[in-house]
Amino acid sequence: MKVVVDYFKDIFGGIKTLITGMKVTGKYFVSPGEIVTQQYPENRETLQMFDRFKGEVIMPHNDKNEHKCTGCGICEMNCPNGSIEIISKWEIVDEKKKKAIDKHIYHLSMCTFCGLCVKTCPSKALAFGQEFEHSVFDRSQLTKILNKPNSVVTKDLKE
Amino acid sequence: MFLYDFTQLTSSIHSSLVESFGEGALTTTIELAIAGVAYLIFFAVLGLFLVYLERKVCAFIQNRLGPMRVGPWGLLQTIADFIKLLMKELIYIKSADQFLFNVAPFIVITASFLAIGAIPFDKGLQVLDFDIGIFYVAAVSSLGVLGVLLAGWASNNKYSLIGAMRSGAQIVSYELSVGLSLMTIIVLAGTMQFSEIVAGQADLWFIFKGHIPAMIAFVIFLIAGTAETNRGPFDLAEAESELTAGFHTEYSGIKFALFFLAEYINMFIVASIATTVFLGGWMPLHIPGLEGFNHVMDFIPPVLWFFMKAFTVVFIMMWFKWTFPRLRIDQLLTLEWKYLLPLNLINIVLMAVVVLLGWHL
Repeated sequence: MKVVVDYFKDIFGGIKTLITGMKVTGKYFVSPGEIVTQQYPENRETLQMFDRFKGEVIMPHNDKNEHKCTGCGICEMNCPNGSIEIISKWEIVDEKKKKAIDKHIYHLSMCTFCGLCVKTCPSKALAFGQEFEHSVFDRSQLTKILNKPNSVVTKDLKE
Repeated sequence: MFLYDFTQLTSSIHSSLVESFGEGALTTTIELAIAGVAYLIFFAVLGLFLVYLERKVCAFIQNRLGPMRVGPWGLLQTIADFIKLLMKELIYIKSADQFLFNVAPFIVITASFLAIGAIPFDKGLQVLDFDIGIFYVAAVSSLGVLGVLLAGWASNNKYSLIGAMRSGAQIVSYELSVGLSLMTIIVLAGTMQFSEIVAGQADLWFIFKGHIPAMIAFVIFLIAGTAETNRGPFDLAEAESELTAGFHTEYSGIKFALFFLAEYINMFIVASIATTVFLGGWMPLHIPGLEGFNHVMDFIPPVLWFFMKAFTVVFIMMWFKWTFPRLRIDQLLTLEWKYLLPLNLINIVLMAVVVLLGWHL
């Protein structure tokens, strides 16, 4: 007898779970709520990429045209495919010679967006930008100099 | 009573053809050609629309938009896809059995052509009206599995063969359930002829007339019918996550398109059989006793009724596909042999008792 009861219990239990599943999908069909599809070229003006999106490596500058890069070259060493080149220069600060960044060259065409440079930067000078429209007509345009012209290292690196 | 009677249209075509060509083989040939072309166009339009519908239903269930680019709301997307498939290269498979490989898609599509010919879309809008209509449809629709098996065998590919064998096991088992659930209704209807089955539902659809056993039979038919069309959650024959594409892995271009089309047409055929046998076919919704309501329902053309019901069933099958995960082969066979088949056998006896004692409505 127990076998028969279990058999029918099985059937009704199965039907119940199936209906539960169909209720969920049915609810989404009738009222989808937020549509996740982005109609990209049309919504270009309003498109907001999320914070963690890795569009390209950038070096944030503050409003006094200062960045945090000391030119230590750790990002260059850590980059697995050599997309970063650091060209440093000697600066005289307080009558002392000091190493400083001249050009932070970033080859976007070689970058795999692994994030090792951003992760290992001791002074947190690098970050990921949300820009993703990178198509250009000439490959040389993908080689970028991240520090802006005439920019200097910010005084308060510790913050 | 009915606003649109296609018997007049077909008989006028027939009489005008007889007038100009005389009674004989020529008239019959022309009539067959007209019917064939009509079905070809119907197949193409229906297939394209069903693919579009599937993509949209799937998208809405998953909080997406689905095809939106080609034409308004992506309506022309499937036509673009079809043109692409037509122009694609037919890749020559060196180690395949050429004859069987090429003939397999045509067997599949022919089976669905044969089956759809017996479906009455409206009064008189039916090519074949056998007195064994249901038996005929059940017989020819199971021919499709031959094509699937041949495709899997002739491809000379492990994935294809596994997919085909699964499909064979599946259809051999589920054909039983389809047949028995239809038989339940035949017990109630007392006939196998489609036109008479539809006529028998003029006052009330069979699913309501036969109440409990008819509803059980309807649910079993839906499950078994979904399984028979190789659609999810019973799509083990294709199972793209395990077998790349199952039996049609090696097919490309228009041969693949034929398999693809046949899958969707088969879904529509199962939906049409469910509509005709359980939901009254092209009969409007009539409730005994409500004369005014019945009269209002008569104003909706029967063709529309048929397609409304059929597409509702199609939608339910799509809903199944995008809700349930795929069954394993042993689960599939357990479901059929341990659950559906015994229930079906009890159900058919129950229906016989109901009919004998006059308990149906």
